[in-house]
Amino acid sequence: MLRLFSVILIFLLITGFVFCQEITHPPETESGMPPYPKPAAPTNISVKDNPSDGGGKILITWELSPDDGAGKNNVVGYEILRALEGDTVFTPVGLVSVGVNRYIDTGTDDHVTYIYKVVATDGITGSASDISLPVHSYQQWINFNLGFLFIIGALICGAVIYFIYQAKGGRKLFIRKIAGLEAIDDAVGRATEMGRPVLFIPGIRDMDDVQTIAGITILGRVARTIAEYDIKINMPVSRSIVMTTARETIKEAYASAGRIDEYSDDFVYYLTDEQFGYVAAVDGIMVRDRPATCFYMGSFFAESLIFAETGNSIGAIQIAGTAMPAQLPFFFVACDYTLIGEELFAASAYLSGEPKQLGSLKGQDVGKFIAMAAICIGVFVATMYSLTGVGFFEVIHDLMIRMFTFN
Amino acid sequence: MKRQIPLIITAIVGTVLVVSVFIPHDPFGRLGENFSVYFDIIAVFAFILGGGNLIRIHGNRIYRKSKNWQFSIVTIVGFIVTLIAGAFKIGNPGGIQGDVAAPGSLFTLIYDNIFTPLQATMFSILAFFVASASYRAFRAKSREATILLIAAFIILLGRTPIGDYITFWLPGWLNFFHIPILANWIMAIPNLAGQRAIMIGISLGVVSMSLRLILGIERGYIGSEGK
Repeated sequence: MLRLFSVILIFLLITGFVFCQEITHPPETESGMPPYPKPAAPTNISVKDNPSDGGGKILITWELSPDDGAGKNNVVGYEILRALEGDTVFTPVGLVSVGVNRYIDTGTDDHVTYIYKVVATDGITGSASDISLPVHSYQQWINFNLGFLFIIGALICGAVIYFIYQAKGGRKLFIRKIAGLEAIDDAVGRATEMGRPVLFIPGIRDMDDVQTIAGITILGRVARTIAEYDIKINMPVSRSIVMTTARETIKEAYASAGRIDEYSDDFVYYLTDEQFGYVAAVDGIMVRDRPATCFYMGSFFAESLIFAETGNSIGAIQIAGTAMPAQLPFFFVACDYTLIGEELFAASAYLSGEPKQLGSLKGQDVGKFIAMAAICIGVFVATMYSLTGVGFFEVIHDLMIRMFTFN
Repeated sequence: MKRQIPLIITAIVGTVLVVSVFIPHDPFGRLGENFSVYFDIIAVFAFILGGGNLIRIHGNRIYRKSKNWQFSIVTIVGFIVTLIAGAFKIGNPGGIQGDVAAPGSLFTLIYDNIFTPLQATMFSILAFFVASASYRAFRAKSREATILLIAAFIILLGRTPIGDYITFWLPGWLNFFHIPILANWIMAIPNLAGQRAIMIGISLGVVSMSLRLILGIERGYIGSEGK
């Protein structure tokens, strides 16, 4: 009896197990395919160290899944998986969208060997490519991506140096007049006649900005004129390093003008690093002290118009110079003279009148000639290519894009 | 020597940074980043100079009862209270270890309720200055100013719904003269071309000035006349 009961129990258990297995299996379609067919896997995965970089990057490329934009058309992206060589556990390192067949893994350690696979995914499931060959990243000595930049830069620098030596050798160079710089003496003279101070604002950036350096070099020339005319310069700054640099510059200018005893550290003083706190303080100084002449030389943002309009309202002569294209219109409309971009950088050379410095300005013209020639050729080639579709123009067109794309 | 050392430092640092653009390998590859960090370190110490200068200048004004000396009291009190609130993290829920800008701290209270509204006030003044500057700039005194006036008027209309209402009835072949499209064209073609020309000039100016600094020809920033 007990044996019969045991046999029946075992039979029931086996039957129940088989039945449960049948109902927990996913139902299959009539064709035997699962209801959500996976996209086909990408193929030909290829890996290599990302070229011309400082290491830490591996470039992965692959051929798109046949279901990417065709076939079942169910690929929504590709997931890139990475593992250490010899390891079987892959971890996701990146995701790219449909139609993309390359990815740069930027999180690798140099000289550590990795393997990769790429999964074409439909958002729910996916198919993985074969595992890639092992690869490791390393640093390169030369960034060949910047080859054209190097050539163009060398040409321009070479031209600047050539003209500097030409000027040193006594060659006469024609430099066009810059009205804003010609007006500096008159502007300082006006302040002298009116017995009011000169206000100098060197922008709101620090000394690591080339515009601030340009502003400080102009300050050197302006301060010398101020020292000679024996009037007061008022220079509130928003950066401590600019304060110390400007003090040294003005001190040297006073010394070279033979008026070092007239110099005071109080000419230059720090207000605040905060943009609008600085604006409020400078506006207050303008309204209270009513300077006869205001210089704005350096890097400016939204404060440009506030300064210039306040200066305008107090009737000051205003000379501005900046290389911020968005701020130039504000200075144009509110100031008497504006140095546009390159004129700001040319100002100190222009004011010094030294042949060496003027030679460097002449060298810039070679750069402008290269730019103009490249623009003309580029426009012609692109137009001809779009009109005719001739392969020669396409080659030149692509070459020019490569020449002037620096990344 | 006082002038030679800055010139030598400028020449070495400038040259090395230019080289580092083309050589990504260590030690050159990270030099730009490292020099930036060095600059920040120097700037932190220089900030002490700045703060000290602020106290000294305004302290003197109060002591001497100079003109408008009352404003200096506001400056010094504001500076010291904010400095203490931030340095000692007064009222900070995380104590002295907490984030300086944690909600509920005195520093955040000052920043959010005094500093930010004051900043916004200054920024809002810009709207009035834009109006007054535009009034002056857009008076059609010359041919250039007239072109500027017309372009500005089109862009002004094109950026507002009224521009769309005025010209929505134009037939398809006159679509270019639909004011929003015309405004976009002015911004994207003539305006952008002009900006790019300025940018090219600026880039060349930076190259030229950098070379002058590296070669030691430009000495205005150390107060020397280059002699």
